[in-house]
Amino acid sequence: MTWLRNPWGRPRWLLVITIVYIIWSIVPVTIAILFAFNNGRSRTTWQGFSFRWFTSDAGSIVNDPAYQGALKHTLFLAVICVAVATPLGVALALGLQRWRGPGGGTINTVMLLPLVTPEIVMGVALLLLFLRVFPEIGLGTTAQAIGQVTFTLSYVVVIVRGRLTSIGPEYEEAAADLGAPPRDRMFRVILPLLLPAIIASAAVAFALSIDDFVVTQYLSGNASTTTVSMLLYSSARGAPTPALNALATVALLITMATLALAFLVYRRFASGGEAAAVAALEV
Amino acid sequence: MGSRWTWRLVALPGVAWLAVFFLVAFYAIVCVAFGNQDTLSQPVPFWNPLDWNVGYVLEVLRNFWHGEQYLTVSIRTIEFVAIAIALCLLVGYPVAYYTARHAGRWKGLLLVLLILPFWINYLMRMLAWINLLAPDGWGTRMLHDIGIERAFISLNLLSARGGWLDGQPSAVIIAFVYGYVPFLILPLVVALDRIDQRQIDAARDLGASPFSAFMRVTLPLSKVGILAGCVLVALPMFGDYYTPDLVSASTKTNLIGNQIDQFTRQGSQKVTGAVLTLILSLFLLLLMFYYLRTTRAAGKVAGEE
Repeated sequence: MTWLRNPWGRPRWLLVITIVYIIWSIVPVTIAILFAFNNGRSRTTWQGFSFRWFTSDAGSIVNDPAYQGALKHTLFLAVICVAVATPLGVALALGLQRWRGPGGGTINTVMLLPLVTPEIVMGVALLLLFLRVFPEIGLGTTAQAIGQVTFTLSYVVVIVRGRLTSIGPEYEEAAADLGAPPRDRMFRVILPLLLPAIIASAAVAFALSIDDFVVTQYLSGNASTTTVSMLLYSSARGAPTPALNALATVALLITMATLALAFLVYRRFASGGEAAAVAALEV
Repeated sequence: MGSRWTWRLVALPGVAWLAVFFLVAFYAIVCVAFGNQDTLSQPVPFWNPLDWNVGYVLEVLRNFWHGEQYLTVSIRTIEFVAIAIALCLLVGYPVAYYTARHAGRWKGLLLVLLILPFWINYLMRMLAWINLLAPDGWGTRMLHDIGIERAFISLNLLSARGGWLDGQPSAVIIAFVYGYVPFLILPLVVALDRIDQRQIDAARDLGASPFSAFMRVTLPLSKVGILAGCVLVALPMFGDYYTPDLVSASTKTNLIGNQIDQFTRQGSQKVTGAVLTLILSLFLLLLMFYYLRTTRAAGKVAGEE
């Protein structure tokens, strides 16, 4: 316990704990990715490197209709989620930021609630809503998309409002002083300045949609609305082949690529601190 | 038309969306819980509070009062979550402390590595552990070889050799820690990063030993981060059903989330499921308000100093 005697020295045991933790947090996933490339049916014994579970085997992700369907449905939902949640969230963020008079605080609180509501509560709530209030929508793709938009919306609003606060009112005031009408101030000043935040929030919405499990599962209608996460859940304890790992790896690569791209775009245009805040937001 | 109304109009679609799909949806839970069910045991919500039927709520409360299934499951949930959070703090605090205060030029890289798990699908991370802890998995073999398996068996935390995924509470708790500890570390890093080194230096100059400087300056100043982190991991843990399903798949580790899931999504006792969801929400709301109050109080104290 040398650190207790001299906390200004290099705290070796803290370093050891940190390194062990990082290894512990990353190695299991790395091994799971590794087994996606196993040249055999086992997910526990290494039998050489191959791409067969991605491309060639009869049960590989391009040949098995269940895997292929899940991947397509996941991406489809993600695109819809981004297309709806991003404009809706940007508008809500702008409206809330400039809200004058009563009501703004309440709306802000309600907007933040989905961030802390356990997903199972939202899942049950939306399940009952689509069964009893909107039976004509029912369960299935539409319900899943609506559910995903509902909880991604808050993330979009938080990211965009963060950027709005850091931009400040000066540019818009300058444009107004120079005689720009409201329409031009919006489309030629505010929205271009917001662009990095819009791209970042779209990427976060995309990643949240791909990784979502609970709400998507609760609102799933039948086998055709199975997503990658749901397939992971339902087959992990069966006797899956490494194709399951391959499927998870593909989903992981898509998420990572999207977020990394958004992070780079954001860092190019906004300050590093803001970019880090956005990166940490993806919960 | 004043510009005040323009901005309200811009916000309107989002507000309407949240009103219908968040507030009305939550109200649907309440109305189903205080509703009835038809002959096909489908829920029949009563939308008017004056019509509410307390029968199902009373039935659930009676079950709790007599110490039956729901109470057992709830106590088990609180137990699992409490142990998991304690372990999360034990693992997370030193990591956060090192990252925030001692990492130096490695801080950026460490932060990236700490954030990385956020971006990996939770189920993928659980799948990784299932692969490792399967009877012939690499993890099981390693735990056996280095004697951890034997230690767990002798401490009664594991019932048989290689049976990690066999309804073991310890496996569920370890999976909880693995799954949620990243969410606890980040608020801790932020809180510890904010502490002014001069405050610790001042405590040392005034004669505090390093240990008491830590206990009386650093730890209290990071209290808000500890609380924020704990609530942040407690909320999803209380609603979790998939982790026990995946790493245990046994009724011995049924949590309140599993009970709700079995009643609402899988089963046909949706009314009882709605009552349990409502009770869980109220319990968590208390937790959220307690958290908001404490963090606000802590902010006030810091502001007065």
